[in-house]
Amino acid sequence: MNPVHNIERPLSPAKERGFLMRMFRKYALQIAIVFVAVGLWIFFFWRSPLTWGSYDIYNSLMTTTPYFALMAIPLTLVVVAKEIDLSFGSVMAWGMAAFSVVFIPLKETNPQLGVYLGFLACLAAGLFAGWLNGFIVVKLGIPSLVTTIGTQFFWRGVVLVVTNGQGLGMTAVKDTILYKLFVGRLFGLIPAQFLWTIGFAVVVWFFLNHHKFGAHVYLVGDNVDSARLMGVDVERTKIATFAIVGLAAAFAGFVVSEQILFLWPTLGEGYLLNTLASVFLGGTSVFGGTGTVFGTFVAAFIIAIINPGIVSAGWTAYWTQLIYGFIIVLSVALQSILRRRLT
Amino acid sequence: MEYILQMKNISKTFGEVAALRDVNFAVGTNEIVGLLGDNGAGKSTLVKLITGYHHPDPGGEIFWKGEKVDRLSVSKARDLGIEVVYQERALADLQSLWRNIFMGRELSNRLGMLDEKSMIRETRKLMSTAMGFTSAAVSPDSTVGTFSGGERQGVAITRALFFEAELIILDEPTMGLSISETRKCLDFVNGIKQAGKSAIFIDHNIVHVYPVADRIVVLDRGTVAGQFMKGELKFDELIDRLTTLAQTGHLENTHSKAR
Repeated sequence: MNPVHNIERPLSPAKERGFLMRMFRKYALQIAIVFVAVGLWIFFFWRSPLTWGSYDIYNSLMTTTPYFALMAIPLTLVVVAKEIDLSFGSVMAWGMAAFSVVFIPLKETNPQLGVYLGFLACLAAGLFAGWLNGFIVVKLGIPSLVTTIGTQFFWRGVVLVVTNGQGLGMTAVKDTILYKLFVGRLFGLIPAQFLWTIGFAVVVWFFLNHHKFGAHVYLVGDNVDSARLMGVDVERTKIATFAIVGLAAAFAGFVVSEQILFLWPTLGEGYLLNTLASVFLGGTSVFGGTGTVFGTFVAAFIIAIINPGIVSAGWTAYWTQLIYGFIIVLSVALQSILRRRLT
Repeated sequence: MEYILQMKNISKTFGEVAALRDVNFAVGTNEIVGLLGDNGAGKSTLVKLITGYHHPDPGGEIFWKGEKVDRLSVSKARDLGIEVVYQERALADLQSLWRNIFMGRELSNRLGMLDEKSMIRETRKLMSTAMGFTSAAVSPDSTVGTFSGGERQGVAITRALFFEAELIILDEPTMGLSISETRKCLDFVNGIKQAGKSAIFIDHNIVHVYPVADRIVVLDRGTVAGQFMKGELKFDELIDRLTTLAQTGHLENTHSKAR
């Protein structure tokens, strides 16, 4: 017996470097996005330690970022599958229009029941709107860009007709568990919607990376012909991604309305760019087949800190859009270069 | 000889155009059949009939392992064990090797959660055996977009073999490959033979078909112009005959010796 054979040899330096390189390549975009986020935060902190050194700003970020992060997370799936959805802003309002249809008749007699049933109606309406997007795209073969511009106008129109352009007070939700559950404060500090967003991100991440559904989303976005030939149900996969966005949009609409205790018929306007920017800044390719939930999640917070960052640094908020645009173009260009160098 | 696939009196007309006329075609068990023919000879129509994408005109019959198959469909063909390896459309370039190997047939539990460990382990095993990847730079996690053409073809063929395909159809697998990549690809075709499976190798380059095929079938203008066992003809003789075919439209029969 030669004992030397039984000794486990440590990885040779070259092999170890190879392993690190591989890990670095695999997670290059995620690492990059974290560096961007931290870099921006340090910069803003340096410009205004007073603002960024207090808890208030983080409370406010954790309160409002979920409004669009909740939609950006599932939108990542749609973009990975090489489709796009532009209708989610209107679907936020459409979900709440469905809420109001159920809630108003019960408002006097049993407001609590009205809220619960209304919440279910809201989710169902969102799910339906998302499914319809997918159905039109897949079954009728209309490009999703066109389809969802159409449904964006359509659902906004439905909302205006249903609500007659009127807002609706939502104070009744304060008496239900849903208020504490979705917009309460954990330990009086952490907004519940922030925790929900993290939970949702983890669930979507899990399904995208460790479930058949997610595997099929990547394959459909990467090479749709090949996926079809190998027996992937392309149509069902695409419809599911749209449906999840619809569901998430309706939920986000409910959370926003709960937080401000009022339902505006214009709910959801102004979320389009933030949401799309989060997905693309997060490293999800416009060409389909790649993208991560983690990237989208971090990118949503990057998008969120730009506006307060600029204001606290003492510049006018007019800079916000310019910097949004600059950061988006720069990050997409960087991704493209990184991808070419590393693969 | 035992046949895995037999096609009898197969015709296929599209409107006025007869793509195939009274074709009899068979593939033996563990046989590699080279299918040669110019553009428009009917090669792809024949393949589409075998994969159930098209149906033959009435009168044509298809047998699988001696049993008649009625109304062959795409999913039925796959269930029987017929796999087509397409060149460009086969792989998802941005995904890892193991995800490509298990594309559409991911190992998962009842809830659909992926069994990644098993898939990676199987892929690693296939890499060292069937695919013959030895480079340390390639792992089951490598993206297939970085592979060479021959390696990609190998991945597609290995995938078909792994999933118990009985008859593998290779549609112009060497198109666009460099010389060394082509050699690699032909090695994979030999691998099909060694695995005890059958294959139809379609190409218009006789140089590629000749070394790996057991039998060569020549299609011309919708009919079988002739067929040769590999031992029957020398490579040069085959070339001569194919040249004559291209010029005259007639192929000298193997049994009436020309010289």
